[in-house]
Amino acid sequence: MSLRTPLGRALGLGTARAGTEHWWAQRVSAVALLLLGTWFVIALVMLDGLDYAAAVAFIGAPWNSVLLILLSVMLAYHSYLGVQVVVEDYVHAPGIKVVSLMLSRFAHIFVAVTAVYAVFKIGVGA
Amino acid sequence: MADFRLPPNSRIRKGENFRLTGSAGNVRRFAVYRYDPDSGENPRLDTYEVDMDHCGPMVLDALIKIKNEIDATLTFRRSCREGICGSCAMNIDGSNTLACTLAVEDVRGDVKVYPLPHMPVVKDLVPDLTNFYAQYASIKPWLQTRTPPPPDRERLQTKEDQELIDEPAACILCACCSAGCPSYWWNSDRFLGPAALLAAYRWLVDSRDEATGERLDELEDPFRLYRCHTIMNCTDACPKGLNPAKAIAATKKMLAERR
Repeated sequence: MSLRTPLGRALGLGTARAGTEHWWAQRVSAVALLLLGTWFVIALVMLDGLDYAAAVAFIGAPWNSVLLILLSVMLAYHSYLGVQVVVEDYVHAPGIKVVSLMLSRFAHIFVAVTAVYAVFKIGVGA
Repeated sequence: MADFRLPPNSRIRKGENFRLTGSAGNVRRFAVYRYDPDSGENPRLDTYEVDMDHCGPMVLDALIKIKNEIDATLTFRRSCREGICGSCAMNIDGSNTLACTLAVEDVRGDVKVYPLPHMPVVKDLVPDLTNFYAQYASIKPWLQTRTPPPPDRERLQTKEDQELIDEPAACILCACCSAGCPSYWWNSDRFLGPAALLAAYRWLVDSRDEATGERLDELEDPFRLYRCHTIMNCTDACPKGLNPAKAIAATKKMLAERR
């Protein structure tokens, strides 16, 4: 039982003065993914041959490398923003919430860095 | 984690069946949620048969007839019976709406009547709206100015400016929208919900108000405003045909504009 007034409870810890940046970043990354995704689908359809050599040659072509890196980073970024919102929506236990948000951030950065490294390695041929 | 199942003491069991005695041509069955906190028992679903040839056309008419003639213990809020007070908001046939403006005729099969979802229940169809009203109060729903009012007249507003607040000001605070919003179900402690946000918007677009910036400051929060994920159940539910989702989108646009 609490003797706080309903208004006191509704006001809570006050406003974070944040959220607009996050909301806008969701939109911007969505538009970027729409463009990059369209390119990626078209590129896959136009890919001649489905063997290993053709795939390596495709990824290694300079513009393809650049666009693939952009696609991976944007995908991870957009997904991170989305998963963050899902966790904030549904996970209310403070400990689990903080840990989930942290793990999600780590996982997304890990995926992005791995993808960038892979494309880079094929492109430079190291 | 969010609870996806009702706690054991809230699960609904079968209740009593009040059959109509004698013959009647036009009988409708009403399945009504009943909960009495004093009994210590779980909520139950009672069914009542109503002779619609001797009853008004709306769901509220039937509920009043049930209370008067069949079961006086049935508890619900009602006042104006014409869709302007917002008291009889409840979940009928799966949608939040006003019992006084929904015709029994427009519901197929048994008429299922529940209180507004995901609100604490005081008794039967009466939800506890304390937090809902507190959130409305928190957005300071009154005119805020620094310029003193003219000594000899009201604060003036053009016809065009007045039309901007026409729709949002028509909200009757029945809570159908907020109680229909999944984001509000999971986070009503921090998310203001569509009704309070529509009210906030009503003051944001009021040409006479001089606290627009402060109002936006107070709304700019990942939970208070941005828990809205444009699900649009609010607009779907509104018995007054208002559009809280559009008002919330416009508020987000104002915040993006002033960055």
